[in-house]
Amino acid sequence: MGIVLDEYVSGGNVGCPGCGAVLGMRHVLKIMGKRTIVVMPACCWGIIAGPFPSTSLRVPLLQVPFETGAACAGGVRQALISQGKENITVMVWAGDGGTFDIGLQALSCAAERDEDIIFVCYDNEAYMNTGIQRSSATPEAAWTTTTPEGEGRFKKDIFEIVRAHRPSYVASAVVTHTRDFQMKFEKAKAKKGFRFIHLLSACPPGWRISSNDSIEVIRLAVESGSFPLMETDDEGEVRLTYYPEKLIPVAEYLGLQGRFKQISEPQISGIQEFVENRMRRLGYQEI
Amino acid sequence: MSKDMMTGSDAVAFGVKLAKPDLIFAYPITPQTHIVETLSEIAPSWGGRFINVESEFSAIASCLGAVSAGSRAFTATSSHGLLLMHEVLHWFVGARMPLVMVNANRAVGSPWNIWADQSDSLAQRDTGWLQIYCETCQEALDTVIQGYYISEKLLLPVMVMIDGFIISHTMEEVEVHEQKKIDAFLPPYEPQFKLDVDDPRSFGNAALPDDYYRMRKAIQGTFTSSFEVLRDSHSLFEDVFGTHYDLIEAYRCDDAETIFMVSGALTGTTRVAVDMMREKGMKVGLIKLRVFRPFPKDALQQIIGGDQDVIVLNRAVSYGAQGTLTQELRSAFYNVDDKPDIYDVIISLGGKEVFPETLIDVCGGIKADPAFKDEMIWV
Repeated sequence: MGIVLDEYVSGGNVGCPGCGAVLGMRHVLKIMGKRTIVVMPACCWGIIAGPFPSTSLRVPLLQVPFETGAACAGGVRQALISQGKENITVMVWAGDGGTFDIGLQALSCAAERDEDIIFVCYDNEAYMNTGIQRSSATPEAAWTTTTPEGEGRFKKDIFEIVRAHRPSYVASAVVTHTRDFQMKFEKAKAKKGFRFIHLLSACPPGWRISSNDSIEVIRLAVESGSFPLMETDDEGEVRLTYYPEKLIPVAEYLGLQGRFKQISEPQISGIQEFVENRMRRLGYQEI
Repeated sequence: MSKDMMTGSDAVAFGVKLAKPDLIFAYPITPQTHIVETLSEIAPSWGGRFINVESEFSAIASCLGAVSAGSRAFTATSSHGLLLMHEVLHWFVGARMPLVMVNANRAVGSPWNIWADQSDSLAQRDTGWLQIYCETCQEALDTVIQGYYISEKLLLPVMVMIDGFIISHTMEEVEVHEQKKIDAFLPPYEPQFKLDVDDPRSFGNAALPDDYYRMRKAIQGTFTSSFEVLRDSHSLFEDVFGTHYDLIEAYRCDDAETIFMVSGALTGTTRVAVDMMREKGMKVGLIKLRVFRPFPKDALQQIIGGDQDVIVLNRAVSYGAQGTLTQELRSAFYNVDDKPDIYDVIISLGGKEVFPETLIDVCGGIKADPAFKDEMIWV
């Protein structure tokens, strides 16, 4: 597994410094390759890709309304089938809003119909493009501009929701754990039918971190067990694909981010307990 | 040549069959259901595929994806389904993607009502879709075919209207044209730009105000020139199939003192009323408004003179203003010196029955009291 030198994301795009979504797209497309069509509902990347007449993508891109990502991608795939065109990956690239919230109906039904597409959610855990408003992907206790006291609810479990449709592949991934990342996108590319990858993606302005911490914060998310790296296929058994040597305390992950500045000790303990229980259920013993 | 008895829904389905779209994405809603039921059965006959998606929203969005990737597509809907599509209707126009969609006109809730009026489609007036209203089942079939011709020439989507139940569920004699004649009329869909991994392009990237403005102006420019494409479509259709269609149809208008303006299936009822009144020596006629967008201002100005009264039969209201068609007609005559008197009649919302006698009474009432000119007249 070597790193591909081809670049499908151009430099000079308008992503924020340290944006995890730019890095994510760059490396995902290195794996997906030239024969990929990207379908993109409203999200930060809708801006990063432009503005007209410029583009920062070197593969075909279709920008579509917010809630239609999976439905439009299904239409693209069906057209390719009608035209007898093969060996093309159709990939939805959606933020957490276009996945967890407004895009969920189209996502669920494309999964149920087993549309032959890869749906990638780059999850920065709030509506960052509109100025950091909470979504159902916002984690407990996180500050956003619409949760000034911190989010009161826990993050929606999108992995389990998608898994319930029994699609051919579901995985969580991060750019910091490169072998795991590459293995999962290669696996997704090789499979047919509906595939879903949940990509945790740091947002320096939204997470209140410095742009040079956007790699470190994602590494901590995984090493603390806050974002387990896992996968499943249509048989439904969930496998942990990366075992941290020893879980570091979630307080380290949360403490790096200004959005958790006001978190209380009981909230930290509650999150620690939740994280440990989930890791145990996933078969992680080193707790 | 074969003629069969069939419903308007089946006429639409056979029109779609002749246009041979690769894909049909649809979601069921009364009274559109028979269209998609028939299409699901006959789509394999031309190598097309019918995909039953989970909402009208995804139906129109899937069409957007398919057309952007270079396939001809079709969908049909009605009422609440059309309203749910509203955002993507705008998107289709901005993206300059061609499509034909049939809307079975139906009232909108609340309260629930499944019968015909035009509130659903006329509420989409400003989305930038062409809109054509059909009077008969044959016209529905023919207009679907013409719709693809027009849409793919203009790179704008076309909405074809049939009245719920009155057309969709009523059987008439319909000629299903020979495929080779259709192929002479309608070339295959070969877009200049599409999603293509060998020629990568970005579609829909954000445009700054000056670029956006230029693109919007171009849409209006296409609408201005669309009359030419509509005329070509009508004349070529007449050459191949022998049937004449136009933007509007003037019926017994030449010496008429009073003209009804109407669209959709109510035209048939009005035709009968006009004939009955003519038999009694009354000088009445009708204008069937077939093409609503682009609005055929010039054609209407050529037919309607300042010494005539026009009774506009509206099946949709812009609440707090006027009947939607009345607004359009009054606007068309604003800069004309010799204006007709235009009467604003609201009739048959939610399928309220209209008989020829109803229209004769309306005409008589208006003639008796010119003050009606300043009122919204609910029948």
